[in-house]
Amino acid sequence: MSGADATAGTRFPVGTFVPDPGRGRLGAMLVAQAGVEARLALRNAEQVLLTLLIPLALLVGLTLVDVVALPAPRVASVAPGVLALAVISTAFTSQAIALGFDRRYGVIRRLAATALPRWLLVTGRLVAVLAVVAIQLVVLGSVAAALGWRPALAGIGWGLLLVGLGCAAFSALGILLGGTLRAEIVLAVANIVWFALLLGGGIVLPVTRLPAPLATVAGLLPSGALAEGLRTALIDGRFPGLLSVLVLLSWAFVAAAAAARLIRLR
Amino acid sequence: MTKSTSAPSCSAPLARAGRSVESSAVSPSTRSDAAVALHAKGLVKRYGRVSAVDGMSLRLPKASVLALLGPNGAGKTTTIELCAGFQRPDAGEVRVLGLDPVADGERLRARIGVMPQGGGAYPGVRVGEMLRLIAACSARPLPVGWLLEVLGLTSCARIPYKRLSGGQQQRLALACAVVGRPELAFLDEPTAGMDPQGRRLVWELIGALRRDGVAVLLTTHLMDEAEALADQVVIIDSGRVVAQGSPAALTARSGEQQLCFRAPPGMDLVALAEALPSGYRAEEPMAGNYLVRGQMTPKVLSTVTSWCADQGVLADEVRVARRSLEDVFLDLTGHELRS
Repeated sequence: MSGADATAGTRFPVGTFVPDPGRGRLGAMLVAQAGVEARLALRNAEQVLLTLLIPLALLVGLTLVDVVALPAPRVASVAPGVLALAVISTAFTSQAIALGFDRRYGVIRRLAATALPRWLLVTGRLVAVLAVVAIQLVVLGSVAAALGWRPALAGIGWGLLLVGLGCAAFSALGILLGGTLRAEIVLAVANIVWFALLLGGGIVLPVTRLPAPLATVAGLLPSGALAEGLRTALIDGRFPGLLSVLVLLSWAFVAAAAAARLIRLR
Repeated sequence: MTKSTSAPSCSAPLARAGRSVESSAVSPSTRSDAAVALHAKGLVKRYGRVSAVDGMSLRLPKASVLALLGPNGAGKTTTIELCAGFQRPDAGEVRVLGLDPVADGERLRARIGVMPQGGGAYPGVRVGEMLRLIAACSARPLPVGWLLEVLGLTSCARIPYKRLSGGQQQRLALACAVVGRPELAFLDEPTAGMDPQGRRLVWELIGALRRDGVAVLLTTHLMDEAEALADQVVIIDSGRVVAQGSPAALTARSGEQQLCFRAPPGMDLVALAEALPSGYRAEEPMAGNYLVRGQMTPKVLSTVTSWCADQGVLADEVRVARRSLEDVFLDLTGHELRS
């Protein structure tokens, strides 16, 4: 009789650990993982600053202050850009940083050691991103409406499609970045890219207002394609054009393929 | 009076009569066997030119505890990762619960519990949230509230993971490993960074797992842990098995006894050896801690104490001991410090 056996009955009654394993239900696993990740994103002050407070400040600031020349009503040009920024903040920057630190803290290993299938591990993150983006759309859309935004109703369906494609492209890029580099480097790169896209990627300034060479590049960036597509859909109420859709799809496929090859658990 | 504290190399192993698993019983076959939870044969894992695991064979019967004991960098964690399907071996075969850990990874992971080294959780997640998430991955998990309570985590259930102490993080990791009622638990250094109470709790839990029929493969570099918990100890070094057997068998193998005592440091060991019959060795492994190796008889004992008396010295804390697992371990893996 070992020392461990002699005292095992006191805290752990006989039969406590009799094996009875099995995989949880897929739906329950998805809800549990996406729920935790969405709550973590909404609880983290830096992430909320990036995903809600800065977009809100830009929405109000650019609408009310005449720093950038825009056609009236200003909010009609500003709101689509801010919605695109919200997608970039959550799906790319916030997601990449979270993944970088999750890897550092061993959570990907931890989850990979459970019955959670690998595809669900990724799906859970994407569902969490969509949940946060949905909240952003409601909050930013409501504030924009209060500022006088009246988006073309005919374009709302196209707008949602673009937001979905934007989430796909930026999530794939975010997972690629957050899944391959060291957490501190991810933090720096994700923020620098966010800032660069904000200024030169068609967010604050519509692509057509950028200097010529930059305008060409910005139109082929996922940020430019998303923001311009949203402007076309929500101002003019029509199909945003095949170019926007193809640019977003291409970025999504290329980044997802690269991530599938390069991502590391730790 | 002698005090209860003893010289480090004299710690007495726990008596383990009656339930030892002899290493000679190991069969090289990896065919699935109803009584075997894990079977590995000739496992090799290389990183570049370094072999982290270099021809490892293991056999873990159901409802038993196997401790992989080795210095840092011996290949303990890599072995666990190969057995749990996190890595593909470069050579060799492993069957866990009759399954190939890589090819049948998803089916296998539904039946095992894993405590990775250093645990693992979202930095901002609360303790209760994390355990509920892992519990949701199982069909019939243990009650989360009870598990938190019994592992002393209720008071920190709402604290983010990154603010927990090392011991609290380890206890959460252990909870995550057992919450799904697994058939086999892989525990990589389960007591690292824990205080004595935490260690005691983990030992109890591992004893209860074994009692209830769970097979446990754990790694440790703590001799007392391996001696207290394991049915079978496998000592590994540089990715190879250097010895295996029950703790009792390992410590008895040399058949050598030793006499330990304390006295002022720097006594003349040559003179002491000359006073003893031939075949006995005298050592002073730490200043003031003396060892006489060889078969102990009343005559030898009285020779040593009277030789000390002749030097005008009182031999204190005199006792006869078998070699401890620590002695076996250091003999096999060397005394130089590992990084």
